[in-house]
Amino acid sequence: MLEIKDLHATVGDKEILRGITLSVEPGSVHAVMGPNGSGKSTLAQVLAGHPAYQVTGGTVTYDGEDLLAMDPEVRAQKGIFLAFQYPVEIPGVSNAYFLRAAYNEIRKAHGDEEMDPMSFADLMDEKMKLVEMDDSMLTRSVNMGFSGGEKKRNEILQMAVLEPRLAILDETDSGLDIDALRIVANGVNTLKRPTNAVIVVTHYQRLLNYIVPDFVHVLAGGRIVRSGGKELALELEARGYDWLLEGAVA
Amino acid sequence: MSSSIESLVNREYQYGFVTDIEADTIPPGLTEDVVRLISAKKGEPVWLLDWRLKAYRRWLTMKEPHWPNVSYQPIDYQSQSYYSAPKSVTPLQSLDEVDPELLRTYEKLGIPLNEQKFLSGVAVDAIFDSVSVGTTMKKELGELGIVFCSLGEAVREHPELVRKYLGSVVPYSDNFFAALNSAVFSEGSFVYIPKGVRCPMELSTYFRINAEGTGQFERTLIVADEGSYVSYLEGCTAPKRSTSQLHAAVVELIALKDATIKYSTVQNWYAGDKDGKGGIYNFVTKRGKCAGANSKISWTQVETGSAITWKYPSVILQGDNSTGEFYSVAVVNNRQQADTGTKMIHIGRNTKSNIVSKGISAGHGQNSYRGQVKVLPKAVNARNYTQCDSMLVGNACGAHTFPYIEVGNNTATVEHEASTSKIGEDQIFYLKQRGLSAEQAVSMIVSGFCKEVFKELPMEFALEAQQLLGITLEGSVG
Ligand SMILES: Nc1ncnc2c1ncn2[C@@H]1O[C@H](COP(=O)(O)OP(=O)(O)O)[C@@H](O)[C@H]1O
Ligand SMILES: [Mg+2]
Repeated sequence: MLEIKDLHATVGDKEILRGITLSVEPGSVHAVMGPNGSGKSTLAQVLAGHPAYQVTGGTVTYDGEDLLAMDPEVRAQKGIFLAFQYPVEIPGVSNAYFLRAAYNEIRKAHGDEEMDPMSFADLMDEKMKLVEMDDSMLTRSVNMGFSGGEKKRNEILQMAVLEPRLAILDETDSGLDIDALRIVANGVNTLKRPTNAVIVVTHYQRLLNYIVPDFVHVLAGGRIVRSGGKELALELEARGYDWLLEGAVA
Repeated sequence: MSSSIESLVNREYQYGFVTDIEADTIPPGLTEDVVRLISAKKGEPVWLLDWRLKAYRRWLTMKEPHWPNVSYQPIDYQSQSYYSAPKSVTPLQSLDEVDPELLRTYEKLGIPLNEQKFLSGVAVDAIFDSVSVGTTMKKELGELGIVFCSLGEAVREHPELVRKYLGSVVPYSDNFFAALNSAVFSEGSFVYIPKGVRCPMELSTYFRINAEGTGQFERTLIVADEGSYVSYLEGCTAPKRSTSQLHAAVVELIALKDATIKYSTVQNWYAGDKDGKGGIYNFVTKRGKCAGANSKISWTQVETGSAITWKYPSVILQGDNSTGEFYSVAVVNNRQQADTGTKMIHIGRNTKSNIVSKGISAGHGQNSYRGQVKVLPKAVNARNYTQCDSMLVGNACGAHTFPYIEVGNNTATVEHEASTSKIGEDQIFYLKQRGLSAEQAVSMIVSGFCKEVFKELPMEFALEAQQLLGITLEGSVG
């Protein structure tokens, strides 16, 4: 469903992605690992269409369409969801209002009717349970004054509500305690379908005990320097990244 | 901020059409004879003509103020007309007699004057250029002793009330524009709520400037007698014209003992084009007096239109334990300039004032908050809280804050908080990543920023205000 070919991207005049090739099939879970600054978030942001990043080469197709030609909201409407490494605060806008607007916008894009507030409240009840979140989170402003863990859980709540086809989780595990980690993983696993795929960006193999990847890729210096199965993550845990980095950074 | 911001196309101002209607317009220019002519056309009593003439003579000695943080071409007071009325309007017995062309105009503006069609729970006085074209719901209000009519009609029907209160809060000598208004004011609304009556519906005046080359000088007077309550809303639009038009209104509010007046404005005058051509110069004096103990006056304004706004709705807190509030959203885009704020004058004991100002600047807009809090020596235990937040959209706009605080009693508490933030590309991207368009994203972020003010508006209008904001800011963020 997602085909990334020789993708290059810059921010300012700095080249960060230097030829990424990756193929994601429906039903699969891919883990992207790698040291700090290797370009993991950049890859996630480029796939979501953040305007600060310029694609300077390569192609990305999503269900056969040119993903890079789509506006970010169109990508979202077509089922791409990014759980942000640093979720953004929106003062004065309640979480519930924001989520319902997003949910209805995506429905409208699919030619469906907007959901009325009552039915939406029921839907929220169900999803809140999934991520073990308290009702008070719905009336609070989006991410305002949320702890690091609450922000991450809020991302997973949004994912659970929007039910994306392709979810990209950017370090959703960092800063979470074991309980929160289990909740996040549970949220992701509940959404697994043969038609959906997940890209899990992470620093640590810890999360991968809960979300078991089909493929693990190591990103370094803006390139994928190694791909393998889930055992690669364990190897990284034991040996670190250094053994893979020689020659990777030009 | 990256170049994707500032890339959407501006949506056109929706209310910019002109109604083709025969008008009775006084030739341009302002002299004592013009003042007499306006008064004569309105069939006014001598005391009112005399008052106008005093105001006119005073005006001649005054200078246009230039302390606001706005700049514009000099206004030629002799090149505009001071009175224009659709010919078909006078005399008018009932709404059935209103010219169909005018009714259509109001329908187009979303204000049907036809009683059956009208939103229940709102009474409307519609003012077209210099005259009132009709007031709805009069009968229902009349049964409670509430007077809601044009000021002209009030002068005829309730001269004692008008004479007692007109100019009692904003004297004709108050400032240059108030003096001009007092000399030439042509129309406006009058409200009187009797003792102990809670007005059961929103009262609303809808101002429309249509004629070219005329100024609009309406005057509104609201008196809430002891223990009464009223919520009042004004809305305004004007056609798109390439020359600027002057709007110099005066609003006076009087709240007697235990009375409450809530006054809301959604101002959407034409703002001029992208380069700043045309648009309304909105130079308005609004002031309320909490004359009695435990009275309350609350101003809520959403200012999205006008090329230039100069406006400081104020409260004189004379009665003990009286409360003044000011909730404001002012948005400027393109070349718009706004210098707006409030004055809270604490005179009585235990008086309280609360100010929440939200300024949003986009494009090349310049937004200034100017607020005065004055605590007089006798105002024991006076309390003021001011919160003044600015939001910038893009890099070419500006936000300025000018607080003036004078405290003459050491038992007073005065607090001022200010913040400036920028609408972030990251916020917009976050919302877009969840499926919202750029417009929706901006409108959501801005509405969130203005939430504390919107919640003060009557329900029906809060939504309208939110939409207006979205429209005003379209084109400023991509
Ligand atoms: N918006 C940006 N502006 C400037 N530099 C950036 C920006 N985003 C990322 N970078 C730089 O790009 C490199 C890769 O960053 P990132 O993709 O966040 O790495 P990772 O997520 O793997 O830690 C880093 O050197 C980082 O400083
Ligand atoms: Mg990162």
